[in-house]
Amino acid sequence: MTLDEQSIARDLDTRVRQLLAAHDPAHTDPREFLEARFDAGLAWIQFPEGQGGFGVPQSFQEQVNAALAAAGAPEPAVAKNGIGFGMAVPTIAAFGTEEQKRKFLRPLYTGEHIYCQLFSEPGAGSDLAGLATRAVREGDDWIVNGQKVWTSGAQNAQMAILVARTDPNVPKHAGLTYFLCDMSDPGVEIRPLRQITGEAEFNEVFLTDVRVPDANRLGAEGQGWRVALTTLNFERVAIGSGAPREGGMIGKVATAWRAQPELRNPAMHDELMRLWVESEATRLTGERLRQQRAYGQPGPEGSAIKLAFARLAQAISGLELQLHGEAALRYDDWTLCRPEAVDMTGRGPGYRYLRAKGNSIEGGTSEILRNVIAERVLGLPPEHRVDKDIPWKDLPR
Amino acid sequence: MSTANLLYTDTEDALRDTVRRLFADRCKPEAIVTLYDHPDADFTDVWKTLAAELGLAGLLVPESLGGAGAGTREAAVVMEEIGRAVAPVPFLSSAVLATVALLKAGEAQTLQSLADGSTTGALTIPLSTAPGPYPATVHVGASGLTGRVTSVAGANLADVLVVPVAGPDGPELHTITRAGAGVTVTPALALDMTRPIADVEFSAAASTRVDNGNAGDAVAEALLCGAVLLASEQVGVAQWCLETTLGYVKQRKQFGRALGSFQALKHRLADLWLDVSSAGATARYAADTYARADADTPIAAAVASAYCGDVAVHAAEECIQHHGGIGMTWEYPAHLYLKRAKSDQLALGTAYRHRARLAELVDLPRSP
Repeated sequence: MTLDEQSIARDLDTRVRQLLAAHDPAHTDPREFLEARFDAGLAWIQFPEGQGGFGVPQSFQEQVNAALAAAGAPEPAVAKNGIGFGMAVPTIAAFGTEEQKRKFLRPLYTGEHIYCQLFSEPGAGSDLAGLATRAVREGDDWIVNGQKVWTSGAQNAQMAILVARTDPNVPKHAGLTYFLCDMSDPGVEIRPLRQITGEAEFNEVFLTDVRVPDANRLGAEGQGWRVALTTLNFERVAIGSGAPREGGMIGKVATAWRAQPELRNPAMHDELMRLWVESEATRLTGERLRQQRAYGQPGPEGSAIKLAFARLAQAISGLELQLHGEAALRYDDWTLCRPEAVDMTGRGPGYRYLRAKGNSIEGGTSEILRNVIAERVLGLPPEHRVDKDIPWKDLPR
Repeated sequence: MSTANLLYTDTEDALRDTVRRLFADRCKPEAIVTLYDHPDADFTDVWKTLAAELGLAGLLVPESLGGAGAGTREAAVVMEEIGRAVAPVPFLSSAVLATVALLKAGEAQTLQSLADGSTTGALTIPLSTAPGPYPATVHVGASGLTGRVTSVAGANLADVLVVPVAGPDGPELHTITRAGAGVTVTPALALDMTRPIADVEFSAAASTRVDNGNAGDAVAEALLCGAVLLASEQVGVAQWCLETTLGYVKQRKQFGRALGSFQALKHRLADLWLDVSSAGATARYAADTYARADADTPIAAAVASAYCGDVAVHAAEECIQHHGGIGMTWEYPAHLYLKRAKSDQLALGTAYRHRARLAELVDLPRSP
């Protein structure tokens, strides 16, 4: 450690000790503790003072987390608020004003604000920039009308990251603006969207005269596409983030193979091992990507991990059904339920097989991701875009 | 497992630059292709520069034994560059297979001359031998070595043969001068002439036993190390194929557009890039774990070997297809890479063998 690093480490120690002394985790309400942790600059230490940090390198965060965990301190609910922590935080950090960062980061961190994502629409999937939800300026507010879809967790969310069209008279990418939207607005209507697995993990969200203050606009008017791209890069990284060896879908099949020798089929064995090797190769590719970017921003390479992950999840879960044979003719539960959090490798083999079909669609289809890799990593010519110079309102729909 | 460094250090990058420059100057494709019509085409000078002047033959040998005291991380960088240039140098057969076998057997004299590049060696086993126990086909008797070993890589380029021998009390390791009496080395026409193979026949050939009863382990170690490093060569082959293909599809126009603007090709190349990147990660992991003598090495090696060979072949096949007719010509170097990739896929065990071995290592038995 350099002298600087030693002094940072000492400073962090002091802050952790002071926090624990003033707020004994055993006798403090968890949210209150998280608020105090945020105010002590120990939430995201790399952020500035007042925004959950105090401007020291992120590499020290592990030290803080470990010290607080050892003291039995409550953890922020990252799993319950994946969109908040994984996407809203980095986007707010990159594009928010100082006031917005002070206002939104703290309740997000403490769990007061769970976030959902209002991006996709029935008419705008892969072509997200073609979205039609309109936001019209009225005084200090924007009035939003439209329909969003594939919104996980909308029923539990207090806030949403929202992209809407603020100018239909310019080409599609130029007319978008990014907002933080309050989901308790009376104009927000949420309907569960039942899917292939029987459950309703997603929702349709209807926005009728929803009022969003201009103070909740992230980035400039018309800059929404750029802001959204930041969010989407983080989404792909979040989806592609690696587990330990045998941590994902391959672990399920491997466990069954070991536990139930009667299922073993020599003809299937090489395919199992092939997928095991590919899973390990993908895990190592993700690990290397993390080492490469260490403390940097996610790039288009994250798309590659997601692509591999989807292909593997589908192939492995398909093999798993064949491995189980007769037992795989059955399904665990078709009732319409609304899961709090999604575990892609949870439930039974039938569920895993069906849910994996979404992996190559959600967060950028595998086909779009191949375009991203081809164009942004490999430098191949972009797709022909017949719509890029035409005002959005004149596009055929 | 958690401490693996999957990247390259500045020193390793500098080493790469040096080797790449050497091959760019003196191992051009138009020179390499002559090996197919004139198997005697001589690249000894390039090998001597690499081995002796740059001192890279001794990468895997400790300084105390006259080597460079480096390890598989550095040797892997050299292998990547050899793959990238399909360089016809006996680095794998001499500086890896023969060297590691002697090192592990505890031999010092020949080892030192291999490490300083003054002597070239070859481990006398079929190139297709997979890691694991090696059943020697050469026997030792009162009159010396007798037996035949086919498809030995680098045998005709070697001064010294390092020979696994079935002795009366178990495996032995011998050294023998290639030019000595009773040794016949017959070069074969190979699918890949850039890694020449030869059949070796011993008849009452006088040899020197160099092991201490640890010959089985020494050969197994050489095969494991060879498999670890071959994966990096395969990554180098695959990277050349991908980069060359990308260059071509950006420049070649049909239907008034660059080939690389067609989505059918873009998607295939995106997939290929992912495969090649993943191969790089597995090969780097294997080289790193081996260098640290990490307990995960056998698994890392099996994964890299099972993965990289197929990726290199796929990359070479995609390279030819994306080039269209030019890819089928003798003049264009793509075929050199296809031949190297396909031979490499068979070298030191096929992916099927490595997956079967991996299954044992990770407790996924084939049958009930």
